[in-house]
Amino acid sequence: MKKALALFLVLALALTAVSAGFAQDDLSGELEIFSWWAGDEGPALEALITLFNEQNPNVEVINATVTGGSGVNARAVLKTRMLGGDAPDSFQVHAGEELTGTWVVAGRMADLTTLYQEQGWMEAFPADLLDLLTYEGGIYSVPVNIHRSNVMWYNPATVESLGIAVPATMDEFLAACPAIQEAGITPLVVGEAWTVNHLWESVALGVLGAEGWNGIWTGETDPAGAEMVQVFETFGQVLACSNLAEDAAGLSWQQAIDKVVAGEAAFNIMGDWAAGYMTTTLGLEPGVGFGYAPTPGAVGTFMWLSDSFGLPVDAANQANTLAWLSLLGSVDGQNAFNPLKGSIPANVNAVAAAPDLYNAYLQSAAADWSSNALVGSLVHGAAANERFMGDFNQVMEIYLSSGSAEAAASAMAAICLQSGACGSSM
Amino acid sequence: MYSQRDRAVAFLMLMPSIALIGIFVYGFILQTINTSLLDWGTNPIANPPLSANVVKSYVGGANYSAIMTDLLEFSFRNSLVNTFFFTLFFVGGCVLVGLFLALLLDQKIVGEAFFRTVFLFPMSLSFVVTGTIWRWMLQPGGGINILPTFIPTLEPIMFKWMSSRQTWLGFEWAQVPTFLTYVGLAILAFLAVNYALSGKRSPLIYVIVAAVVLLTVWLAGWWDYVWLPLDTPEAEPSIAPKGFNAALIGVIIAAVWQMSGYTMAMFLAGIRGVPEEMREAARVDGCSTFGVYRHVVLPQLNPIILSAMIVLGHISLKIFDLVFAMAGPDNAQTIVPGILVYTEGFRENAFSKASSIAMIMLSLVAVIIVPYLWTQLRDEK
Amino acid sequence: MITDSVWRRTTSQVVLYVILILLAVVFLTPVYMVLITSFKHPETINLATSWNLPETVYWQSYLEVLEEFGPRIRNSIVLVVVATLLSSMMGSLNGYVFAKWRVPGQRILFPIMLFGMFIPYQAILIPLFEFMNAIDLYGGLPGLILIHTVYGLPITTLIFRNFYVDIPNEMLEASAIDGAGFFRMYREIVFPLSIPGFVVVIIWQFTQIWNEFLFAVTLTPNVASQPITVGLAQLAGGEAVKWNLPMAGAVVAALPPLLVYIILGRYFIRGLLAGSVKG
Repeated sequence: MKKALALFLVLALALTAVSAGFAQDDLSGELEIFSWWAGDEGPALEALITLFNEQNPNVEVINATVTGGSGVNARAVLKTRMLGGDAPDSFQVHAGEELTGTWVVAGRMADLTTLYQEQGWMEAFPADLLDLLTYEGGIYSVPVNIHRSNVMWYNPATVESLGIAVPATMDEFLAACPAIQEAGITPLVVGEAWTVNHLWESVALGVLGAEGWNGIWTGETDPAGAEMVQVFETFGQVLACSNLAEDAAGLSWQQAIDKVVAGEAAFNIMGDWAAGYMTTTLGLEPGVGFGYAPTPGAVGTFMWLSDSFGLPVDAANQANTLAWLSLLGSVDGQNAFNPLKGSIPANVNAVAAAPDLYNAYLQSAAADWSSNALVGSLVHGAAANERFMGDFNQVMEIYLSSGSAEAAASAMAAICLQSGACGSSM
Repeated sequence: MYSQRDRAVAFLMLMPSIALIGIFVYGFILQTINTSLLDWGTNPIANPPLSANVVKSYVGGANYSAIMTDLLEFSFRNSLVNTFFFTLFFVGGCVLVGLFLALLLDQKIVGEAFFRTVFLFPMSLSFVVTGTIWRWMLQPGGGINILPTFIPTLEPIMFKWMSSRQTWLGFEWAQVPTFLTYVGLAILAFLAVNYALSGKRSPLIYVIVAAVVLLTVWLAGWWDYVWLPLDTPEAEPSIAPKGFNAALIGVIIAAVWQMSGYTMAMFLAGIRGVPEEMREAARVDGCSTFGVYRHVVLPQLNPIILSAMIVLGHISLKIFDLVFAMAGPDNAQTIVPGILVYTEGFRENAFSKASSIAMIMLSLVAVIIVPYLWTQLRDEK
Repeated sequence: MITDSVWRRTTSQVVLYVILILLAVVFLTPVYMVLITSFKHPETINLATSWNLPETVYWQSYLEVLEEFGPRIRNSIVLVVVATLLSSMMGSLNGYVFAKWRVPGQRILFPIMLFGMFIPYQAILIPLFEFMNAIDLYGGLPGLILIHTVYGLPITTLIFRNFYVDIPNEMLEASAIDGAGFFRMYREIVFPLSIPGFVVVIIWQFTQIWNEFLFAVTLTPNVASQPITVGLAQLAGGEAVKWNLPMAGAVVAALPPLLVYIILGRYFIRGLLAGSVKG
């Protein structure tokens, strides 16, 4: 009798051990992914989900996208849900201060440092990137892609017919303006409000340099100082070379690019999703149908933004989410997502593993990613928290209404104070 | 006449609706008022607004005074000005266009059903759809602006619609309290004369007291505490000029296009409600067609005009979808409080500020609606 | 023989029709724009040629739209039908009570109800969400139905009450003498007369609920329970907008309310005429 019991116990234990082993490899349940990707960006996310399903066939992935221009609806829904205690398992968020200043300081995200160490990502992601992802020693999200903010796009045919060189510094750009205007072409095309903000950060980077730019967020650059005034003054000169006064507010960024392609404008400064638009929707070839260069004054500097996913502390399916995050940061995951999205992997090993997936522009961007100085974008959530980003619109409006660089700079100092984004919070 | 038991039943039948409204309207309003008195979201670093352990302490009216007097909060003040002009032209436009269309349709015409459907159908669209369509049509480089070019020798229109930074009828924010005081005193004087002439003592006393209070507030300079950016009031006019922003014109056109069918329908119903005998009688008396309209039909339409103004007015005060779709949330020339509540609350996590803006929106609506409701229901008794 | 007055009448008739046709053209211009854009291939859409007819008719947009909208159409229909029915029935009863029965406190209760029409929805979004979550109705169609019913009550009550005020009290007094109570009076007298009122209410509520977006996007995060307004926003989403899709989506989304208006338009006016117009 005792022997039978002992045998039974041993078998039971063995079975438990074995099934525990199975449970490790065989995740089940649900995984809710919250994002604002749809339309042209949908396929990239779906490719990732397909890959995830291959690896974890028993997990049901719920693709909860909420669209509406660059996440504006998604944010409302996400915040409402998080406040109500109904967190999705993982949500898309811009890596850097948008995540840190909104969710990490609020204690809502789980520390992923262990995951990073397990996966060897401390070496696979550039140090400058890891710096901005780290808050008080912990890392809270996995970047799935990298977009570049400071790219200047042009039509090679237009540039050739104008007989100018692509400007490498702000001075060169401003010097070339009059000639371009005389030829009846808009030197620089901008679109609606946020694209003007986007232009500002490239101009600021060009005037301040990488160190000066980083200094804004660490407190070393005085937001009301002479340098910032200089930034706004240069910005004003750049705007004078643009279509801001004519029809900018009604143009989407795609329509602005359309003008470059059509030869009505010479240059446009926009993030490199423009490359995706030009290659996929317009069917142009990088380098042939359109040209690209770092923005004037920022050659050798890569201003990045990144979509990333994290693990909310009260997510319902933690194990599944960790599996998702592991896939996101891996070479396979990044190579499944990025070619379709038109961005480059954050993981420096990914492009080398499968270079054929990436077109000429993306390859050159990836090369820059590994070699340039990296700074975070303000407009796209890397460098400053949401409060600052929102208030920055006020600063821009003050500048555009009054034309006074001093007023703008002192407003800059005021919002730095209000949002706490310009201290040494790293 | 009716039995006690039936009256009790009637009362009970109302209760579910009252309870639901009590929770979903008043309960939530109280919650919003409560939030507006907190400092939730004021300090994103020290007290992160989205934290599960956020500390919400009462700060009384600090949020309200901040949005009225902080130099950096000029967006809110501009949004009030925009709402004023938008309401004025939207309501006026719908009433005038609707009346005109109704008068046209009142003539016995062939195909009235067709025309009526054409004018009514924009009402069936959502503001989002309307905004998207009109945004496309009013882009400076295309759409409406290039329409004249189809006629040879005509130049395209150069108006920038929502991109325009032009402002007409400019005024200074600091002058508004004085202006409001004048208007208030004028209204009170008019009421005072009315009450005095009709011998109503007690309302007259209320009016006189109100006038004295208003005069005191104005002369003692107390308006300044709630109205002006105390630090640098001179800066406001240059960084945030106030006036009728030309960029609103596109939004007004889209809104009038959408809602004039509604006013047209109401006016048509009202016009048709005038008994034919009255019109006959007027015609027999020698009135021309115009005269019949002017003296017989239009006076009957006053309650309709008022009702339309109320409904349209409240839509205009809450407007969000249309402006969002047409001009986006970041167009400073077309900013309205509805959009600000959204961006402050959900983009910047400044929930207390958003709640205070929402409460001001509600108060503005109340200022119009409550007196109207009161006079309506008092008259009916 | 053409007399002076005949000539004058003819001219004024001609002028009248010309004005009407011009106005109709103006009103229909956006429709033209939406239709032609919805049939264009995305690559051919740009500002300079926005007025031109499509070179080749591109049906793909509509197929994509219907695919995107698919399950959501069912949700929208269920939502609109149920919420409209509930809010109009309750509104009718409320209007009946306010118009014909002297209940205690009605002079306060009625304005209190009406005021609910005027709240800006952004103001109560977060408390609303928290409440719906607390009563476990967040995320599904029933919750959305509840919300639309409640927020439809003030306007339906108003319309019906104004409508019923016109019913002569003598009719109800006569049946009271006959021994009729609250419900019998409603069933036998009031309800049969309510048809124009119901038409106005149904048209109004149908349009409002069918087109509502903010609550839909916040409270129904899953496709399984989302109405089509969310689907419409999904079409215009992302960084790159292919205008043919939102335009096609707008056409499809606008069809049901449009049909309602075309078919019931004259009843709408008759309903307004019958008394809901006042006050």
